[in-house]
Amino acid sequence: MSTPETVLSVSSLDVHLGESHVLQGVSFEVRSGGVTALLGRNGVGKTTTLRGLLGLVPRKGEILLEGRDISRLHTHEVVRLGVGYVPENRDVFAGLTVQENLRLAERPGGPHHYDLVYELFPRLRERLRQRAGTMSGGEQQMLALARALLNDNRLLLIDEPSQGLAPHLVTQLADALARVASLVTVVLVEQNLNLVRRLARDAVVLDQGRVVWTGDVGGLLNDDERTRDYLGVGVAR
Amino acid sequence: MSTFILLTITGLGLAALYFLVASGLSLIYGLMDVLNFAHGAFLTMGGYAAWLIGDATGSFTLGVLAALVICTLLAALMETTLLRRLYGSHVPQVLLTVGLLLAITALIRSIYGSDAHPLTTPAWMNETTEILGAPIPNNRFLLILVAVAVYLAMSAFLARTRYGLIIRAGVENRAMVTALGIDVRRAFTLVFAIGGALAALAGALTGAINNAVSPEQGINLLIYAFIVVIIGGLGSFRGSALAAILVGLLQQYANFYGLVGAGDLIVVLMLAAILLIRPQGLLGRVAT
Repeated sequence: MSTPETVLSVSSLDVHLGESHVLQGVSFEVRSGGVTALLGRNGVGKTTTLRGLLGLVPRKGEILLEGRDISRLHTHEVVRLGVGYVPENRDVFAGLTVQENLRLAERPGGPHHYDLVYELFPRLRERLRQRAGTMSGGEQQMLALARALLNDNRLLLIDEPSQGLAPHLVTQLADALARVASLVTVVLVEQNLNLVRRLARDAVVLDQGRVVWTGDVGGLLNDDERTRDYLGVGVAR
Repeated sequence: MSTFILLTITGLGLAALYFLVASGLSLIYGLMDVLNFAHGAFLTMGGYAAWLIGDATGSFTLGVLAALVICTLLAALMETTLLRRLYGSHVPQVLLTVGLLLAITALIRSIYGSDAHPLTTPAWMNETTEILGAPIPNNRFLLILVAVAVYLAMSAFLARTRYGLIIRAGVENRAMVTALGIDVRRAFTLVFAIGGALAALAGALTGAINNAVSPEQGINLLIYAFIVVIIGGLGSFRGSALAAILVGLLQQYANFYGLVGAGDLIVVLMLAAILLIRPQGLLGRVAT
């Protein structure tokens, strides 16, 4: 049951990939505003959860976006309801220019926030004619985020944005994500717990395809034993 | 010298035909992951539509235009009613498209017989034009002109229109295109329809250079088209053009300067070499 404060409510989400039962009745809620971190060890189903929400993998269960059931909608229909997606490995279109990647991301009806995108990532404006595949990993991440931010969103799903980035780029990325989180509700999958601590308000922890903990991020990351149990790592403070 | 010029221009004519067939096949595979064997049926249907309507109206041009319209509509119908249910299921797709190829070929044979039917074309197409002493059949110039026009039109479509952008992006990563809020199924129908139109054009022009249409013309041409698609790189429009030129020219040179049947042999050797050295094809991308 979702409340007016709830943007996303997921109940009994099941995903099978081949022989594997990857998500086994995943349920959680995402409060309006701020960042909810989706955490867990490698391979517990975090990316599959995001892909399941979008319909990129076959799924069962109830998914309410601001009270509307989106579990039977095609991916493009979910996105057009205002769900932006930044995938794990960026998935920019390597053969297309930066400008073409952005044009492709424009949803019909607009508005399209090019001003915001260029304010957050001025480098992209300088590289509009460059093929995305020839850009650095950090620049590709900027482009992947920019494609999602170009449109009005109710919810943004961001998967491992800091993966493979140099430390100084992670800091820049964190600044951009903090700004993004002030504009739209974000579900963030991230292994970098310092980044999670800086950005997230709530946390949902997955283990073996099930939700094992939900609550406020501080309650998880300030408890070394719990962090080690659920995430298999300690947190540098 | 005149022999070499004759071989080069007729080789380019053959390349033009291969390109017309292969470019549609390549785009369909690149965007939709479908090995469309039914493409051969559209080649045959295009030839027969051009023959039947050309004969009825007395105009080869009208016959070709009608073939284009009919095959475009049939291809769109086939994609929306049959193929759409099978995306992601490779074996059923292959069974369906091979089945359609065989069934449509058999249907045409049962209605019009196994013999070839003469296709009437304007007289100028069967005349020759002398280039540096080499008498070149005019229909080869027509083939090359049509292929160049198709290449330019398709390049402009892919580069400058939103659907072109969707197709180019979809060839790279279809799932990500849908994750940007785009209904990629419309692009599927469009690409399939374009493929049908190009196959019809190739089928009608094959009839024009052979001065006849036959039930097997689709199957025969389809084999070379698949070789061109693989050499050029699955999903690469420019790759198809480049590979078609290489295959067409090599085949002509080898057939004349080599032993009997050397043309086919060299094409197969070239295919094997590409698969060993550069399996993604000349201009294809490495699958990630």
